[in-house]
Amino acid sequence: MKRKPTLATIALGAVLALGLSACGGGGTESSGGGSKPAEAKGSFNAALTAAFNPSTKKGGTLKFANPGEWDSLDPADTYYAYTWNFIRLYGRALVMFKSAPGPDGSTVVPDLAESLGKPSDDFKTWTYTLRKGLKYEDGSPITSKDVKYAVQRSIDRETFPNGPTYLNTMLNWPKDYKGPYKSKGADVDSAIETPDDHTIVFKLKQPYSGFDYLAQMPVTMPVPEAKDTGSKYQEHVISSGPYMFEKNEIGKGFSLVRNPHWGDDPNRPALPDRIEVQLKVNADDMDNRLLSGDIHVDVTGNGVSSAAQGRVLQDQNLKGGTDNVAQQRLWYTSVNPTVKPLDNIDCRKAVLYATDRAGYQAAFGGEFAGGEIATGLLPPTVPGFERFDLYPAGADNTGDLNKAKEHLAKCGQPNGFETNISYRAERPKEKATAEALQQALGRAGIKLTLKPYPQGDYFSLYAGKPSFVVENKLGLVINGWGSDYPDGYGFLQQIVDSRVIRPGGGSSNTSVRIPDVDALIDKSLTEPDAAKRLPIWAQIDKRVMEEAVILPGVWAKTLLVRGKGLTNVYASDSQQMYDYVGLGVQQ
Amino acid sequence: MVTYIIRRLIAAILMLLIVSMVTFAIFFLVPRLAGATPEGMASRYVGRTANAETAKLAAERLGFNDPVVVQYGNYIKGIVFGAEYDYGPGVEKCPAPCLGYSFITRQPVLNDLIDRFPVTLSLAVGAAVIWVLAGVSIGVLSALRRGSLFDRAAMTVALAGVSLPIFFTGLISLVVLSYGNPFSIFAQGGHYTPITENPIEWAYNLILPWITLAFLFAAGYARLTRAGMLDTMNEDYIRTARAKGLPERTVVAKHGLRGALTPIVTIFGLDFGLLIGGAVLTESTYSLQGLGKYAVDAITNNDLPKVMGVTLLTAVFVIAANLIVDLLYAVVDPRVRLS
Amino acid sequence: MSRADNSADASPAPPSYLELRDLRIHFPTDDGLVKSVDGLSFRLDRGKTLGIVGESGSGKSVTSLGILGLHNRRNARVSGEIWLDGEELVTAPPDAVRALRGKKMAMIFQDPLSAMHPYYTVGNQIIEAYRIHNKVTKAVARKHAVDMLGRVGIPQPDRRVDDYPHEFSGGMRQRAMIAMALSCDPELLIADEPTTALDVTVQAQILDLMRDLQREFDSALIIITHDLGVVAELSDDILVMYGGACIEYGSTDDIFYRPEHPYTWGLLSSMPRLDREPTERLLPIKGTPPSLINVPPGCVFSPRCPYADRTGDRAATEVPELLETRAGHGGHGGHGGHMVRCHMPPAERRSLWENDVKPMLETT
Repeated sequence: MKRKPTLATIALGAVLALGLSACGGGGTESSGGGSKPAEAKGSFNAALTAAFNPSTKKGGTLKFANPGEWDSLDPADTYYAYTWNFIRLYGRALVMFKSAPGPDGSTVVPDLAESLGKPSDDFKTWTYTLRKGLKYEDGSPITSKDVKYAVQRSIDRETFPNGPTYLNTMLNWPKDYKGPYKSKGADVDSAIETPDDHTIVFKLKQPYSGFDYLAQMPVTMPVPEAKDTGSKYQEHVISSGPYMFEKNEIGKGFSLVRNPHWGDDPNRPALPDRIEVQLKVNADDMDNRLLSGDIHVDVTGNGVSSAAQGRVLQDQNLKGGTDNVAQQRLWYTSVNPTVKPLDNIDCRKAVLYATDRAGYQAAFGGEFAGGEIATGLLPPTVPGFERFDLYPAGADNTGDLNKAKEHLAKCGQPNGFETNISYRAERPKEKATAEALQQALGRAGIKLTLKPYPQGDYFSLYAGKPSFVVENKLGLVINGWGSDYPDGYGFLQQIVDSRVIRPGGGSSNTSVRIPDVDALIDKSLTEPDAAKRLPIWAQIDKRVMEEAVILPGVWAKTLLVRGKGLTNVYASDSQQMYDYVGLGVQQ
Repeated sequence: MVTYIIRRLIAAILMLLIVSMVTFAIFFLVPRLAGATPEGMASRYVGRTANAETAKLAAERLGFNDPVVVQYGNYIKGIVFGAEYDYGPGVEKCPAPCLGYSFITRQPVLNDLIDRFPVTLSLAVGAAVIWVLAGVSIGVLSALRRGSLFDRAAMTVALAGVSLPIFFTGLISLVVLSYGNPFSIFAQGGHYTPITENPIEWAYNLILPWITLAFLFAAGYARLTRAGMLDTMNEDYIRTARAKGLPERTVVAKHGLRGALTPIVTIFGLDFGLLIGGAVLTESTYSLQGLGKYAVDAITNNDLPKVMGVTLLTAVFVIAANLIVDLLYAVVDPRVRLS
Repeated sequence: MSRADNSADASPAPPSYLELRDLRIHFPTDDGLVKSVDGLSFRLDRGKTLGIVGESGSGKSVTSLGILGLHNRRNARVSGEIWLDGEELVTAPPDAVRALRGKKMAMIFQDPLSAMHPYYTVGNQIIEAYRIHNKVTKAVARKHAVDMLGRVGIPQPDRRVDDYPHEFSGGMRQRAMIAMALSCDPELLIADEPTTALDVTVQAQILDLMRDLQREFDSALIIITHDLGVVAELSDDILVMYGGACIEYGSTDDIFYRPEHPYTWGLLSSMPRLDREPTERLLPIKGTPPSLINVPPGCVFSPRCPYADRTGDRAATEVPELLETRAGHGGHGGHGGHMVRCHMPPAERRSLWENDVKPMLETT
């Protein structure tokens, strides 16, 4: 969903800049407003730590636009961060991330449930109790059975291919269970039980202390079985949240209006009376429309187009209307110890020292559009983050060649060595990274050969397949990872747990095989105290960096435009974009 | 005449088959030949993080495991006899002509096309009216005043119109006429109201796209008309018309323009046919949900049934336009006989 | 327009139906001034026929277009006078001339296939010509068109009226063209190469038709052609044009039996005649017609004239005047008699004709 710099965007840099300046100018002079009071003018990053233009005033129409296609509106079938942010406007999961600015937004709070999940002592059973008297948009009651049904149907990956698969693998489903359509009437009490209409019990195969993070996912939003129409349910999702569908044209747009039966919800201010969403809006025109107030939010949270970015950052007026939001995403390069001579830790360290970090950052678009130079795995907004740098790259961040040569000598390759670097052919930024690394490592005598592979099969057939990596000497594999929720486990497990590496391929982790790390992950799963869990993540992070099997590149950031006319704007660490639950509009 | 049309219709069906085969081959066969596995291809349609199992299920659901010939056969079968679609709790009948279901939104493609068509048609008709009126009259005036300041100015603007891409002129006009503070006269992009709901709003929302699109075509038509008029106005029959004592206006409009019109009718038919298959750039620039935007999104998302559907529909329009142009030719020029 | 007033004072309307006085039509071009017509004068009465003969580029077609006001107004410079039925046309507003066109004066063009609009039916085009000058209903005009087609000898005119020009044969088209020209009873009819595009048998029919119709309508007729044979049949007077000017004018008899200009002799000798053996070679005039931009100094014809050296330097330096050589012989136009533009003295010309040229035409 990343907005790519198309030919049009490049050609239109000038045009957009013109438009932006026209709009920006009007804003500062505030002459066009007439009777309207002058809009509060913010400063850069004003919505990162507190609400910008805070408000509790209800009313108005909040307008979203999406340059592409919504993956799905069905809670079982969606996996984009922005959908998970937005879906909370028409659906309530058992728990949710608090709608609040900054780090506070990473807190999980009860939503459908009265309280957070109650784990058993072994963390294998999690029980939630629903609030009483909750209703769907049609006035019928919401029961725990509907939550169970919702999770059951999400198991059917043939009907709902887009959604996350955490609950498929973690709950103790009966053998060969394929969801309520194909395994009709099957007894699933081994995975989920509903002793009464207000209680739901999840049973896990293995202990997991962070189950609340999974319970906040849209898959636990209740679906009444009688209204379920499988892959067509997205055409009319039955609302449990503050808004319900008024009109829904799949692939074009939809509108939401207030749900009269919504209530008992401490989490959502629900300021606008109405919400409209346009799909497939011209990305090149998006920024202009945001600044003119014709639309309020680019729902994808992708940020300012690369064409307009330079202009926005130079113009103080325009820059004041933007926020540079950190993502829980790391762009990195795997350093594969299965490929000689990288089996030697000093050769790996030489690679890390020789890396031009500034070049890596530039390949992803620089400080604002690309992100912060990463010195470890965990992004700064994930709770438990600790800043450290094991391989200092000098004041200008272009690498430490002396250290690199020192380690090359230790490794027995004083003149450097040759290896290959793979990247996804369709991604120009990864190609630029590969080229930057080629140049940077070349300074130390490490010669890289570029190997592009198609992104569709990148992990399943090429860079993610251990035997392929060895046969093709893919010493370096360009990679990237973003977590589904702001949690150390969610971020790290898929990229550092050696047990996710399968001979058949398909894993993002290609290089990390450290027994201590695997043990630490297991330890975190049964640690009941969150405060004690947090240091484990930093420990894992450091351990992986010590082994020099991951070359961190950039902790991603996005430059978001605060649409004209928005109130109560803030970005939360959980959503990594503006929190859509809180937004209101000026009237 | 009737046999002629029947023959042309048969040829049209063959043409559509070929178009569908080529499109199908490009999107289904070529990736396979390039080494993509069915799962690899299917993994595009299973969201953000496809695991192997989900991709396998998707490949099965989308029929990627069958040989490409069988897949194509099923597609054609769907068009002729209809198809069935498993939506989970049950099976839905997709009546003929079933163009399949989107891989991504899983909506029936035919419904999408029917839904998008009025937008593109509105855009095409409005723009066509403007560009024909503007292009032809500017071309006529230019030809009659060859070498004048008007002629030179008009032809320079026409050259610009032909050369400037729509995403440039379109965004410029949006910036100046829609967002520009002193001139925010026209609707911003992305707004469309069906004519049946509110004709005034319909026109207001479309006027900028119309002008942008018309600008591109009007330029070409002005040049074409000018060249045609310069030719016809030198014809003997123009002298005859003047010798009859006809006023110059009648000479130009009835005798001159009529003669210059034949190539314009031809080009217009083809342009219009292609355009109602989707005005790709204009629709994208102005975020109009027409067939062109639909096609672009289908291609960027690799949503093959949509690509197939919109390609076939466009082919139908172009073929129909060709046939109509040929029939019209016989009407415009009595010397042409269809055979 | 003082010039118009002056000319009106200075040149009262002439008694003739049509009179040209020193007509000049020049076209400035990037290459220079093209003097298509350069000082042409003649008179013509109703009921009379004038043949204008010359090679292509001699200015004969421009003359006819000039009379009708059909020359390119934007870049033509016209001077002199054209009097038609007491009205001066050169200084008249274009709209006034237009009102006369097709009504008082009409024209038959050379190639009827290209001269008729291919996209309109023959009837349609005649109806249009009629209705522009007569406020009648379409039905009346159509009946008139059918009548006209009948009168020019088109069989089943009520059916052919709806045919397109390409559905007519060449001769039929020319008849239709004539019908169109005659639809408003013009008093002056100009036929520009009316038979050139037709084959010989049809040519004769068309010429007969034109003669008959002229008598019937009592119109003044100008026939423009490069073919002396055509005018021999029809004309009362013949005007030979060369290089934009008249070089010999006289009755048909004068031109055919007593021609005095070497160019006319050349025309006569290059004319195919039925009374000559078909195998015999024609005697074409040597050289090419003069450029109208760089008109040769002196006598325009001198570069091609076999007798140019007989007048010494004069041929190349002095423009000969058009002078009356003797009173007209049977010229029914009766204007100006027999006039020749040649430096050679009349006696010498006559002697050359009688002794050198005429015998050659008769014997070879």
